[in-house]
Amino acid sequence: MLLFAASRLFRALLTILFVMTFAFFVLRASGDPALLILSVDAPPEALAAFRKAWGLDQPIWQQYLAYIGHALTGDFGKSMRDGRPAIDLVMERVPATLAITLPALALKLGIGIPAGIYAALHRNTFADRMTMALSVAGFTMPSFVLALLLVLIFSVTLGWLPASGNDSPVNAILPIITLGTAGAAIMARFTRSAMQEVLGQPFVRAASAKGLSWRRVISHHALPNAAIPTVTIIGFMVGSLVAGAVVVESVFAWPGIGRLLVSAVANRDLAVVQALLMVIAFWMVMANLAVDLAYGWLDPRVRSARAGGH
Amino acid sequence: MVSAPLIAIEDLTVDFANGPHVSRAVDGIALQLAPAEALGIVGESGSGKSVTWLAALGLLPGKAAVRGSVRLDGRELVGAPPRELEAVRGKRIAMIFQDPSSCLNPVHRIGWQLGEALRLHRGLDRRAADAEALRLLDQVGIADARRRLGDYPHQLSGGLNQRVMIAMALAGQPDLLVADEPTTALDATIQAQILDLLRAVRRDTGMAMVLISHDLGVVAENVDRVAVMYAGRLVEEAPGQELFARPRHPYTQGLLAALPELTGRRRRLAAIPGTVPEPGSLPAGCRFAPRCPAADHRCAIEAPPIQSVAVHHRTNCHRQIEPGFSVWSLPKAAE
Ligand SMILES: Nc1ncnc2c1ncn2[C@@H]1O[C@H](COP(=O)(O)OP(=O)(O)O)[C@@H](O)[C@H]1O
Ligand SMILES: [Mg+2]
Repeated sequence: MLLFAASRLFRALLTILFVMTFAFFVLRASGDPALLILSVDAPPEALAAFRKAWGLDQPIWQQYLAYIGHALTGDFGKSMRDGRPAIDLVMERVPATLAITLPALALKLGIGIPAGIYAALHRNTFADRMTMALSVAGFTMPSFVLALLLVLIFSVTLGWLPASGNDSPVNAILPIITLGTAGAAIMARFTRSAMQEVLGQPFVRAASAKGLSWRRVISHHALPNAAIPTVTIIGFMVGSLVAGAVVVESVFAWPGIGRLLVSAVANRDLAVVQALLMVIAFWMVMANLAVDLAYGWLDPRVRSARAGGH
Repeated sequence: MVSAPLIAIEDLTVDFANGPHVSRAVDGIALQLAPAEALGIVGESGSGKSVTWLAALGLLPGKAAVRGSVRLDGRELVGAPPRELEAVRGKRIAMIFQDPSSCLNPVHRIGWQLGEALRLHRGLDRRAADAEALRLLDQVGIADARRRLGDYPHQLSGGLNQRVMIAMALAGQPDLLVADEPTTALDATIQAQILDLLRAVRRDTGMAMVLISHDLGVVAENVDRVAVMYAGRLVEEAPGQELFARPRHPYTQGLLAALPELTGRRRRLAAIPGTVPEPGSLPAGCRFAPRCPAADHRCAIEAPPIQSVAVHHRTNCHRQIEPGFSVWSLPKAAE
């Protein structure tokens, strides 16, 4: 088990390093930041000075080694736009993003899981078909369409909620609903099929044959097994807490990570884009790690296989 | 039957709704079982053996319509409210199944699953349940019982898991154990051990048993009486000795002919040609007629009634086959 955890941690670190490296080279290969930031008709001396100031005149492998070396000490470079540490710019946006993605996650799980269980337990009833039809609608609709639809209804027509901005908590409502809807729909479908699969297993019938009430068969026998496959999708949702709101933040002008990413890419603010990708990768990798651990925690068969030394 | 029956099944019928179609998996079964008696249910796969007993315990899914009567000590189980059925399951009638490893919950320890049954049926607290679980594992012949309580089902072999299932069935001290193909998924030596265990357990507890198998050989030495099912109907029923010595239904005779000789040299295995018809496409008349070497025109149109042919020996065949004569020795009629 310890060996397992260590190997996973090593892989996680390797993944992050890979993302940082990839981002570094792709960003530098895809255009000259000096031209973009200073504009094409800037005097050549200014461009040269800019390149020198940011180390862009050095050989690329030297720039890369310097970048990694600094990163190891916690220095991820400075924004080319305002000179502040890139990592600070990124971290100060995290709370705003979490302020909509965390409640959205709660919505996804809080609605999706019970709806999926309900549908599985009432298979082929009207309620089941309704739930599944809603769920299809929920996850086939692109999030910007849903966002615009919500704005149209609740801001433009009814005037109940603001269409954009972040000056009061009410502003968060529409982004949260937009994000939560698709996720809840996916969660409901996934939970329903996981539950249905488990309900068909021999041990469910055997538990009933034991004399247990249907309630207990569901709560103590079916649910703990149905939870195992849903871990993957929940892990995916947790992984996208940081970077999963790019579209929604743009539509609602919400000042989170997503909008920072869009503007930093547009501005070729190299250090900021790199820091963003690093933070996003770090979070996703951590979520993946948590999924792996959760599997072991929920499924004794996985635990045994790992104790076996793999 | 002299004593009052423990369980009496009367005209039991099970229909599965398949969209607009209804398929009759069990059609008018009547059976009785005395306390402490062992009854074998035999028939090829798909005959309705499992469905009969799942229906009796109310364990079929909602799309199954169950009609007729199943009385346990005179109390009707068909259509009984869930609470009453829950009080019967495990406590009066326990059931074990074909694939023991998938009948145990993979995420719970053996001890937890045994304890759950013990708390439910015997009202034991944790400590007492632990001690009793240990005793039960001992009783079903599991070595190193204390360690096994902490194991998960995947850590045990199929044979051990079936022992655990039997221990769990014993937890409620039931009057009847329904063992549905308890050894089919196990290899031959383990199969014999499990059958021995069932015999020992019955000797110790005096509970009745229904032993379901597609294999007459499994049933032969373990039951008092045998009922043969075919395509949802009971085709023959007799005490074991009588059935093996003087089978009267061509289907039973075919099953027997397909058995390897119990003593002496082995005989060529001659399985009955053809297969059990699906409940959706049952032949009119005798359901075995299409596969029966002795069938005549009447068999094809008229369902034979079940009737006594000897003491405690019933069969449903128009042909009134004499004891000692096997239809399978007939030359096959030209097609
Ligand atoms: N849940 C079900 N839904 C539809 N048909 C079923 C179901 N369970 C059993 N059947 C049908 O009932 C018939 C009898 O099945 P079963 O009792 O399991 O046979 P066996 O004698 O092998 O135990 C089979 O043809 C099977 O297809
Ligand atoms: Mg069966």
